[in-house]
Amino acid sequence: MTVRVQEADFDPGAELESLAAGDKEIGAVVSFTGLVRGTGDVSTMTLEHYPGMTEKALEAIEAEAHERWPLQASLVIHRVGPLPAGARIVFVATASRHRRAAFEAAEFLMDFLKTRAPFWKKEVTADGTEEWVDARETDNAAAERWAR
Amino acid sequence: MRVLYFAWLRERIGMGSEEISPPDNVTTVADLIAWLKTREARYEAAFGDVTAIRVALDQEQADFDAPLTGVREVALFPPVTGG
Repeated sequence: MTVRVQEADFDPGAELESLAAGDKEIGAVVSFTGLVRGTGDVSTMTLEHYPGMTEKALEAIEAEAHERWPLQASLVIHRVGPLPAGARIVFVATASRHRRAAFEAAEFLMDFLKTRAPFWKKEVTADGTEEWVDARETDNAAAERWAR
Repeated sequence: MRVLYFAWLRERIGMGSEEISPPDNVTTVADLIAWLKTREARYEAAFGDVTAIRVALDQEQADFDAPLTGVREVALFPPVTGG
């Protein structure tokens, strides 16, 4: 279980390789990469977070995924600071013996991350206009379907 | 007690954190927000719609009726939008 909050970019291929390295029991690796969507004239997305709580919240979400599914390994990376359209912003990877646990846990991690981890996005357009992104009801609904 | 503000709440209030000493009758998060609103117009504007505010006490998500007893850090922020 690993959580990283960082300004720097990351290499999804290298991350996946090291996630599965050294554990011959792993039969499935699933990953999700989120990119900054350049909708309309959005040129940059600035990510603010709550240092300290962010890491705790991500670690709690990851621990819950390991409770619910038999995972061999997992990784969550979230970038912060100003990110241009097209840049990688978030990465979730799960490894398990069989594919279903890895698929479901990856989706669970993203759904919970989007509704529970203290990050806030601000869109900046080419002419410098700034606007905070509103939370989406569809994200809450996506997280609620994991309720048990 | 330390209070942190994030995103548009931080911008409207004009700072990211401050040390406060609320009066004794402020015992819950709801009381704290009501008290902050009486301080200055910018707080009243920032907390105009409390349904748009979320709270964490000592870095754990909490509700508006949560007690502030023993809490060192209160964070107030809009709904999260990461991922």
